Amino acid sequence: MAYTEEELKKELETKEYEYGFYTDIESDTFPVGLNEDIVRAISMKKEEPEWMTEWRLEAFRVWKEMEEPEWANVKYKKPDFQAISYYSAPMNKPKYDSLDEVDPELLDTFKRLGISLEEQKKLAGVAVDVVMDSVSVATTFKKTLAEKGIIFCSISEAIKEHPELVKKYIGSVVPRKDNFYAALNSAVFSDGSFCYIPKGVRCPMELSTYFRINQAGTGQFERTLVIADEGSYVSYLEGCTAPMRDENQLHAAVVELIALDDAEIKYSTVQNWFPGDKEGKGGVFNFVTKRGLCETNAKISWTQVETGSAVTWKYPSCVLKGDNSIGEFYSIAVTNNYQQADTGTKMIHLGRNTRSTIISKGISAGKSQNSYRGLVQINSRAENARNFSQCDSLLMGNECGAHTFPYIEAKNKTSQVEHEATTSKIGEDQIFYCNQRGIDTEKAIALIVNGFSKEVLNKLPMEFAVEAQKLLEISLEGSVG
Amino acid sequence: MLKIKNLHASVEGKEILKGINLEVNPGEVHAIMGPNGSGKSTLASVIAGNEDFEITDGSIELEGEELNEMAPEERAHQGVFLSFQYPVEIPGVTVTNFMKTAINETRKARGQEEMPANEMLKKIREKSELLEIDRKFLSRSLNEGFSGGEKKRNEIFQLAMMEPKLAILDETDSGLDIDALKIVANGVNRLKTDKNATIVITHYQRLLDYIIPDHVHVLLNGKIVKSGGKELALELEEKGYDWIKQEAAV
Ligand SMILES: Nc1ncnc2c1ncn2[C@@H]1O[C@H](COP(=O)(O)OP(=O)(O)O)[C@@H](O)[C@H]1O
Ligand SMILES: [Mg+2]
Repeated sequence: MAYTEEELKKELETKEYEYGFYTDIESDTFPVGLNEDIVRAISMKKEEPEWMTEWRLEAFRVWKEMEEPEWANVKYKKPDFQAISYYSAPMNKPKYDSLDEVDPELLDTFKRLGISLEEQKKLAGVAVDVVMDSVSVATTFKKTLAEKGIIFCSISEAIKEHPELVKKYIGSVVPRKDNFYAALNSAVFSDGSFCYIPKGVRCPMELSTYFRINQAGTGQFERTLVIADEGSYVSYLEGCTAPMRDENQLHAAVVELIALDDAEIKYSTVQNWFPGDKEGKGGVFNFVTKRGLCETNAKISWTQVETGSAVTWKYPSCVLKGDNSIGEFYSIAVTNNYQQADTGTKMIHLGRNTRSTIISKGISAGKSQNSYRGLVQINSRAENARNFSQCDSLLMGNECGAHTFPYIEAKNKTSQVEHEATTSKIGEDQIFYCNQRGIDTEKAIALIVNGFSKEVLNKLPMEFAVEAQKLLEISLEGSVG
Repeated sequence: MLKIKNLHASVEGKEILKGINLEVNPGEVHAIMGPNGSGKSTLASVIAGNEDFEITDGSIELEGEELNEMAPEERAHQGVFLSFQYPVEIPGVTVTNFMKTAINETRKARGQEEMPANEMLKKIREKSELLEIDRKFLSRSLNEGFSGGEKKRNEIFQLAMMEPKLAILDETDSGLDIDALKIVANGVNRLKTDKNATIVITHYQRLLDYIIPDHVHVLLNGKIVKSGGKELALELEEKGYDWIKQEAAV
């Protein structure tokens, strides 16, 4: 079959959401709406100490006065924040000792997602803290971690067991008043993960969390806090997928990373939330605030593969506070059908000799809109700061859009900022060349897309890279007849 | 092996091939010569199944099986290989990865297992030595930033890897200096068996000093106007195409 633009377009449109199914697990859900009582109730439900309740209430008060931001290059019907239920937990939430005790339907769900716990357990050195509908239902490999003094648990547990750490660092990188969604998250966050790596410890395995959104009309407000103490190292994986749903689902997560002197954090995300059907109906709204703080000689790398969500608003950022600290951002964002993504990063150079690298790969198909928005800010004190940014866009068909908005604010003359951008299209000649070598069109597109994304895929841990490659294929290929 | 009968093909309503007849037997080397724009690359593309071109009449058969309606990848699976006049770039895909994919997709289509990694490595080593290709070259992005000569040598490397029944070399000599030309020609000659066949497209006779054709055809304005032995190529070199144009016009 000859490959034409028309055919490619059709192919891409007919790709239905691969993991579209819905797990029916009894849930314990709050009435819709948001007020101080609901915030208190969430805090109480989670048996939180008084200081946490107060912290949430303060966030709620700030949020009430804020307006939803309008500046991103996305169009969507604003969620009605009073029509959302702010808490949902699986019923009878026991802590399991072994997988046999876990609800079989839940296990089945994971199997269908291709991320069964059995598999995960076998995968060398991956500890999984599964967040299902806002509450952790399984934690593995905890003992190995405990021997090194590593804390890896749900944020709710951390609030109870390690209040001094949580109190010190929560909101220290993303203040409650930072933005509309961060404030909302701070008021109502349901659960999430907490991780602390002690001084000088190299975490011996990839820490991994799988997120799912599961309740109709339930907003998901995850809160993640990762602290790497002096000279420590951790690689953290976050991945998720969601069931097919008819109505919009709001997701507003906050992730805070703290890398103290000489520490390194690698944070990798593979995101595959329901993007809406091919008419653009349904799909997850993903408004995420992710930020890391680097002290002296510290390094934070964000790597993300984004294929899901109807609307994505996400800018993993680094505050390079300490001298010689390093920030990196590697991203692949795929949009198809009616998806809209406005993603990018902020690199804030405060310290001397700070360095940052931004590699952004946008792939747009269908009628989607894919925007890169990046800020590189060099403060006056940041002698010899360096940034390199590269933004590449790959277009499929004629109805999608790719946009690049790089903002550079350099207040120190010794700094060097470089920005490169390219836009290309998958050519029929490339497809024919592959076909001639025995590679069919579907595989050819996968090959070309993988080639385009390679610099970023290479940054992912091995098992994750394989999964991410599969995701790229799923998101972009149709059933070629 | 290859039987082309009365082949007519057009692009955007314009007829380019106007009744080609050609028969190639196993073990043979055919040269197709002709001035620029006479339709040589079009013929190669049509055999390979590029659907930019529409076959309006006639047929192409490979070992008795008609190719006309076959997708390009199926023709490749049947053993058709085209060394492109202008190989395309695929950024981020290494030569090795591309070949691995091509070979395994072809094997899959033929109902065979994937090629084991050690066998693949051995083959890559062998064939890159045959074409005197530096191993570092194989980890570069396919054709990206390759010189004209490197692109052509890489095409022949792929030919060596794929081991097709029918190889069509479209202007493989252009861009090659004399040393590279000898290496490439030697590679092509070493790959010849009595079971496969080669069509060499060129408008210079130079390459034919090294890859000796059994038959030479002159393509002019979409038709084969003259066929002969290898001496025809020398005659063309000496006298140019004008006399053939005049002869054909008569
Ligand atoms: N894709 C195409 N679209 C339009 N015209 C084409 C296309 N490909 C080839 N042609 C035309 O067909 C004729 C033959 O071209 P080609 O087969 O490339 O000749 P050759 O390889 O012998 O130099 C030329 O007039 C050329 O312009
Ligand atoms: Mg040509």
